[in-house]
Amino acid sequence: MNVAAVATPTGNPMANIGVFAVFAVATLALVYRVSRGSTSTADYYAADSRFTGAQNGIALSGDFLSAASFLGIAGSIAVHGYDGFVYSVGWVVAWLVGLLLIGELLRNTGRFTMGDVIAYRMRQRPVRAAAALSTLVISFFYMLAQMAGAGGLVALLLNITDRTGQSVVIAIVGLIMIFYVLVGGMKGTTWVQIVKAVLLLLCVTTITVFLMGQFGFSFSAILEKAVANNPLGDAILAPGTQYGHNELDFVSLALALVLGICSLPHVLIRFYTVPNAVQARRSVVWAVCTMVVFYLCTLVIGYGAGALVGSRAILAAPSGENSAAPLLALAIGGPVLLGIVSAVAFATILAVVAGLTLAASASFAHDVYANIIKRGRTNPRREVRVARIAAVVLGVLAILGGILANGQNVAFLVALALALAASANLSTILYALFWKRFNTMGTLWSLYGGLGSCLLLIAFSPVTSGSPTSIFPMVDFHVFPLNNPGIISIPFSFFCGWFGTMLGGRNESSDVQKEMEVRSLTGIGADLRQ
Amino acid sequence: MPPPSRRVDYAAIHCSREFSELRTRLRRFVFPMTFAFLGWYLIFVLLAAYAHDFMGRRVVGLVTVGMLLGLGQFVTTLAITFIYHRYAKRNLDPQVRLVRALAGEGPA
Repeated sequence: MNVAAVATPTGNPMANIGVFAVFAVATLALVYRVSRGSTSTADYYAADSRFTGAQNGIALSGDFLSAASFLGIAGSIAVHGYDGFVYSVGWVVAWLVGLLLIGELLRNTGRFTMGDVIAYRMRQRPVRAAAALSTLVISFFYMLAQMAGAGGLVALLLNITDRTGQSVVIAIVGLIMIFYVLVGGMKGTTWVQIVKAVLLLLCVTTITVFLMGQFGFSFSAILEKAVANNPLGDAILAPGTQYGHNELDFVSLALALVLGICSLPHVLIRFYTVPNAVQARRSVVWAVCTMVVFYLCTLVIGYGAGALVGSRAILAAPSGENSAAPLLALAIGGPVLLGIVSAVAFATILAVVAGLTLAASASFAHDVYANIIKRGRTNPRREVRVARIAAVVLGVLAILGGILANGQNVAFLVALALALAASANLSTILYALFWKRFNTMGTLWSLYGGLGSCLLLIAFSPVTSGSPTSIFPMVDFHVFPLNNPGIISIPFSFFCGWFGTMLGGRNESSDVQKEMEVRSLTGIGADLRQ
Repeated sequence: MPPPSRRVDYAAIHCSREFSELRTRLRRFVFPMTFAFLGWYLIFVLLAAYAHDFMGRRVVGLVTVGMLLGLGQFVTTLAITFIYHRYAKRNLDPQVRLVRALAGEGPA
């Protein structure tokens, strides 16, 4: 890697810092303004359910336009072509799971956490403990992915290449994030997410329109130039360049994507921020529309970066594939546009990690503290205080984890978090909502079975050991051939849920089951503010 | 912790014809639709994983079959979203209002 390749992509680091600082100050002020120091649980966890479907829909899509999906997918398309695009399709289709099966029913049944829904008609303490464990594990993996990505981004955008300097920036990002969660709760975090999502969408549509204009509004012309500028040649127009060597692994990843996205804890709790099921439905409609626009733009931006920057220059930049979109911004809009894109990318990490921290701290305070330790006998003021303390602890863990994981493969970490969510949460939520006979034993089996099998398969997969890109490249104890465990662990958790239910005997209380079913479909008794 | 119910007779609502109609209408739509979109997505993924030549066939200029099928996934996702949105507005929401009226609750 020569010096020029490191220096060019950075543009003007001071300008990048400047734009980011403006964003940080503006959002901090916004968070401070909307919060007004409320101490009620409904406000801290669910923003009093006062967001509209449109607002929540944009915030929902904001949760997904993470640095990993924006920079990662654009970069993957720029370098590998079509395979990156197939990956992005999963991010769009997955919303149908949330629209048809989960969103509205979850909104009607629960109040603050995933545990509310799956523990509704079960024995509270064991189920809530399992739900909280699953939420914490999944959020932690996803958080690690985001924070690990921050390191590479710092290298690229601020031209900080030594690890100490990167660690300092990761810590600053983490501290701002903790402030969002502490002061703003769900309301503040949602507003940050909305601001960020709108900025990101404006950014990508502007770049896309500009690109298309430059190529005479012919997508084929962009493809032609991308093919010419890529050593893979026209292989980038067909599948196989990135995942070609392991087809089954690719199918497994695709399954984890489409089933995992709407089972992520920080997405589930978003549905509580709207007043009713109709608004929950409307949020998903908005999210689907924004995601379609976003990933159409990403397709153009990805191939456009391949065309104008060239895949060799992208791979030579400090953070490799992730630098495709920033480099394209520099190529077409100069340092100013690069500054804006960088600031938005940082903001993205900030906002997504804030959402994750909120979800995890809510689960700890609401499921573990209020319902398991205090058995439901606590006051809201104290519960919110516990949630805030948990948020600080989790935030600090995220910073430390991010510093340690700096340089790990971000895409793998995201895929693993999704596989975990699809394995542990999806089966349990669907059974709880739709299967009358489902009982406490079944709930515990499907949660622990999904979580356990997924973690076990990951531990013995090439991600952990036995290949040059593994976490422990020096040793080899892998026995499971796939990087992504979804194709085994997702069906396994459904089986566990069924098997556990059969072991558990008859339904515990058919009255509560009826109550839950009526409530989930009609929203009777579901007003948070009662 | 199921929140304190306001003495709504859930069991009675559960038995009512209005409620079972609502449940039937919901399930009759979401289950087949879920199988349809998951199946279509799986076909797309399997083609991308195993049928490289087919997906790489050119259609217009350098645009390949694979790209069109991928964009097709976007189109069907949008279509299903709007079809469900309309179905819910016409067939589910009015029924929800009926059942809520049984419980003496206004529209949500």
